[in-house]
Amino acid sequence: MSEHPILKIDDLHVEFRSGGETVHAVNGMSFQISPGETAAILGESGSGKSVTAAAIMRLLQSPPAFITGGSVHFKGQDVLAMPIAKWREYCGREIAMVFQDALTSLNPVFSVGWQIAELFRAHGVASGRDADARAVDLLDRVGIPDPALRARDYAHQFSGGMRQRVMIAMAIALGPDLLIADEPTTALDVTVQAQIMELLEGLRADSDMAMILITHDLGVVADVADNVAVMYAGRVVEHGPVAEVLARPGHAYTRALLDSVPRTHSKGHKLSPIVGSPPDLARIPKGCAFNPRCRFATDVCRTGAPPRITVAPGRIAECHHVEAVYNDN
Amino acid sequence: MTTADQESLIIRRGSPWWRMLIRDRFALIAALWLLILTLCFLFGPELFGEAATKLNLRARNLPPGSMEHGWLMYLGGDALGRSMLARLIVAARNTLAIALVAVFAAMIVGGALGMIAGYVGRGIGHVIMRFADILQSFPSLLLAVVVLYVLEPSVGNLIIVLAITRLPIYLRVTRAEVLEIRERVFVDAARALGGSRYHILRRHIAPVVAPTLLTILTVDFSIVMLAESSLSFLGIGIQPPEITWGLMVAQGRNYLSQAWWLAFFPGLAIMMATLSGNILSNWLRVVSDPEQRWRLEAPGDSTPRKSAGKNDV
Repeated sequence: MSEHPILKIDDLHVEFRSGGETVHAVNGMSFQISPGETAAILGESGSGKSVTAAAIMRLLQSPPAFITGGSVHFKGQDVLAMPIAKWREYCGREIAMVFQDALTSLNPVFSVGWQIAELFRAHGVASGRDADARAVDLLDRVGIPDPALRARDYAHQFSGGMRQRVMIAMAIALGPDLLIADEPTTALDVTVQAQIMELLEGLRADSDMAMILITHDLGVVADVADNVAVMYAGRVVEHGPVAEVLARPGHAYTRALLDSVPRTHSKGHKLSPIVGSPPDLARIPKGCAFNPRCRFATDVCRTGAPPRITVAPGRIAECHHVEAVYNDN
Repeated sequence: MTTADQESLIIRRGSPWWRMLIRDRFALIAALWLLILTLCFLFGPELFGEAATKLNLRARNLPPGSMEHGWLMYLGGDALGRSMLARLIVAARNTLAIALVAVFAAMIVGGALGMIAGYVGRGIGHVIMRFADILQSFPSLLLAVVVLYVLEPSVGNLIIVLAITRLPIYLRVTRAEVLEIRERVFVDAARALGGSRYHILRRHIAPVVAPTLLTILTVDFSIVMLAESSLSFLGIGIQPPEITWGLMVAQGRNYLSQAWWLAFFPGLAIMMATLSGNILSNWLRVVSDPEQRWRLEAPGDSTPRKSAGKNDV
């Protein structure tokens, strides 16, 4: 990890308060990404991945959401402290986001070409026909066939994969330095998923932007990411280079996650799922949040929060039993 | 790409609006009727102003359907023997002008306030909503009576009063829609790509709210015409010799048992204008909705053509 991360999240806390109950969606999330890097944030549903992304982009509605602690720095600037209008100037130009479902994330009443062109116009980059021409170029760049004609179509006239391409075109339109992709392929079928990931990775490499890939798909992580942060109950429990983390995890949760993946060579064996279900974020277990489901758990896991341990250079894990997990192969 | 593909693309690319209008027969009739009203609006008082005020005591309460007193008397004569037809044509200008200006003013002001209440903030939203509550809980007729007695019963004041009493409907509907739309993902996406508040309201929220407001507007149009007639009936609306359809209904009411046509034709005019507006706004809503437009584009039949738009990866 370089000295100057493009995005640095420090001890971020996000709560949702409703009806007397407080849901702790993000509990001390720390994470950083360097320019040009592809980092994956991996976690199951409800682990706080998307809330973190929304917090970075400042999309959370408050109430019910409250950022109760921590900081987010983008290019050295404190994101959460700056006026929202100033942050919106960064959005689109320097940091952009792709959402999970492209049908709902595109405006239904304007043609896609118009929407992309409007992005140029709203940011004062290009105007009139120039903006239209650039929109068509962009559609071409993300692999939409016959872009000049399709630019006049509406979101509902595209297939799922094509829609996501349009969304990606909008996100990269102004050449951001960091792209956050929040489960960009979850709503798509497998073959299209591969194409979209290829497109994202290709675009990233072309323009040397950094990319945060939020996903629950281990395969995607292994394919494209440089580093991976594994999230559980609103915390990063393990962070490090993908190859190393997946080959030899340092956290019991990562271990369990890897064990649960079906493998070709274990045909005929039963799958080994993680027992239990993710914790209720309004009642997170004491100690290590993963302890009720963990096969390594001992008494210390139920009482004290696990320390942050450097497993290897550039690798950290928050687990009481790092050594046991690390050597358990 | 083959020629067949190109042809299907060209069809899908959309017909011009007038072709879609011709295809929808009801909308076409409605449009023609509104065109006639527009002509009455523009030229009526100049062409028929004299005929509308000319008394002919021999034609008092003349029943409709005879050409005996000339074609202007075909729809009968009123209580003073004036031509009904000419009066209807002349009244079109006042009626339509008052109703149109009032509903548009109500829509624009109410819509803007509703958007602010729905999007900007809780504090100001509360203030605006209580303001709407007050307006709504106050009997609108009483409000109009008070205002018009205090001020001069002029056309301008009449429009202001009518607009204010219709305001809360637009305000509430807009706010409700905005509250729903602002939670949609495409609004989040627009914010994530750097859309300012103003930009999001103008480009992402207003275009989605607009069709709903236009639909209410056409319904409201008739309500306002009737409200104007009741104010005129009370003597605080339009002052004779100015006429509106509403005033004609009010005046004809006294003769309902002897001469039904005095109230019937102006009433019919109000209804037809409203109905045409309704049908046309419905057509407009379909045309302006990208997901519905194919219904009017399909040549002749009503087979869904939506699937024609799906090109797969």
